[in-house]
Amino acid sequence: MTHQEIYRSGPWWHYIKYGIVGIIFGIVFTKAEIISWFRIQEMFRLESFHMYGVIGSAVATGLISVLLIKKFNIKTVSGEEINFYPKTFNKGQVYGGLLFGFGWAMTGACPGPLFAQIGTGATVIIISLLSAITGTWVYGYFREKLPH
Amino acid sequence: MNIIEFISQPWPWYVAGPLIGLTVPILLLIGNKSFGISSNLRHICAACIPAKIPFFQYDWKKETWNLFFVAGIVIGGFIAATFLNNPEPVIVNQKLATDMAAYGITNYQNIVPEDLFNWNALFSLRGFLLMVVGGFLVGFGTRYAGGCTSGHSIMGLSTLQWPSLIATCCFMAGGFIMANLILPLILSL
Repeated sequence: MTHQEIYRSGPWWHYIKYGIVGIIFGIVFTKAEIISWFRIQEMFRLESFHMYGVIGSAVATGLISVLLIKKFNIKTVSGEEINFYPKTFNKGQVYGGLLFGFGWAMTGACPGPLFAQIGTGATVIIISLLSAITGTWVYGYFREKLPH
Repeated sequence: MNIIEFISQPWPWYVAGPLIGLTVPILLLIGNKSFGISSNLRHICAACIPAKIPFFQYDWKKETWNLFFVAGIVIGGFIAATFLNNPEPVIVNQKLATDMAAYGITNYQNIVPEDLFNWNALFSLRGFLLMVVGGFLVGFGTRYAGGCTSGHSIMGLSTLQWPSLIATCCFMAGGFIMANLILPLILSL
């Protein structure tokens, strides 16, 4: 077994750190009102800079972090080489992207915020989440027949 | 003003954006994980309803970290709404408030608008379209596009992936079309 395999098949509590990052992420989502349907409408109606500021500064922070990781060849805490996976273009990014854009403006949520909304006590969003899971399943079912 | 009151206020974009961006290096450094949330919807399908579909035949257990991450997001939403709640209504652009009032949307007390998203509304055509059809498009569209705002717009753009730039432009285009051209029709139902 390589180090990575041992790590991946490690005990469940190895995953708690991802839960903690998720908790912080969920708090940021909620406190910055990114999970608010109104903020998403303001963005698409060009009535507020808020969401553009959030996405823009998030990308800038991510970009600088990745550049630093690559430049200084920074390893993970357990000493592994950090992997980046190049994405390949297919037409799905256009068709799927537009369809997701429709859903984003309707629900006021991307996949992450759906989970945060449920956490705030909006229990009906469980239905939106189940519907999103169904959408993913239907995509998987028809995948071979769809243009890519 | 104590610390809890201070952080209970709505957070500005220049605090939230960098914190969200920091998720990229944190996930890479603590476990070599690429940031991306919509893939968890696929893992849930693979774990619960694989139905011999090739797209769901993979070792989803290797991606368990992603399910812990979204469970954390639910808990984070709970903590923010319960212990860090801002008692003031959500402040929106006056133009939006005026337009929404015409559709009977006036309640800004909760972060998720009560007037649109509630169990009774689910059984109206408007609520069904927004919650069920909207949710379906989120799940179908993100998987078809190979990612969502986290995987493409944040992780993808951070690593200079041009397919992610195209995906992000299409997310925005779809949102503009829906919010300005189609949503007014749905809201008037």
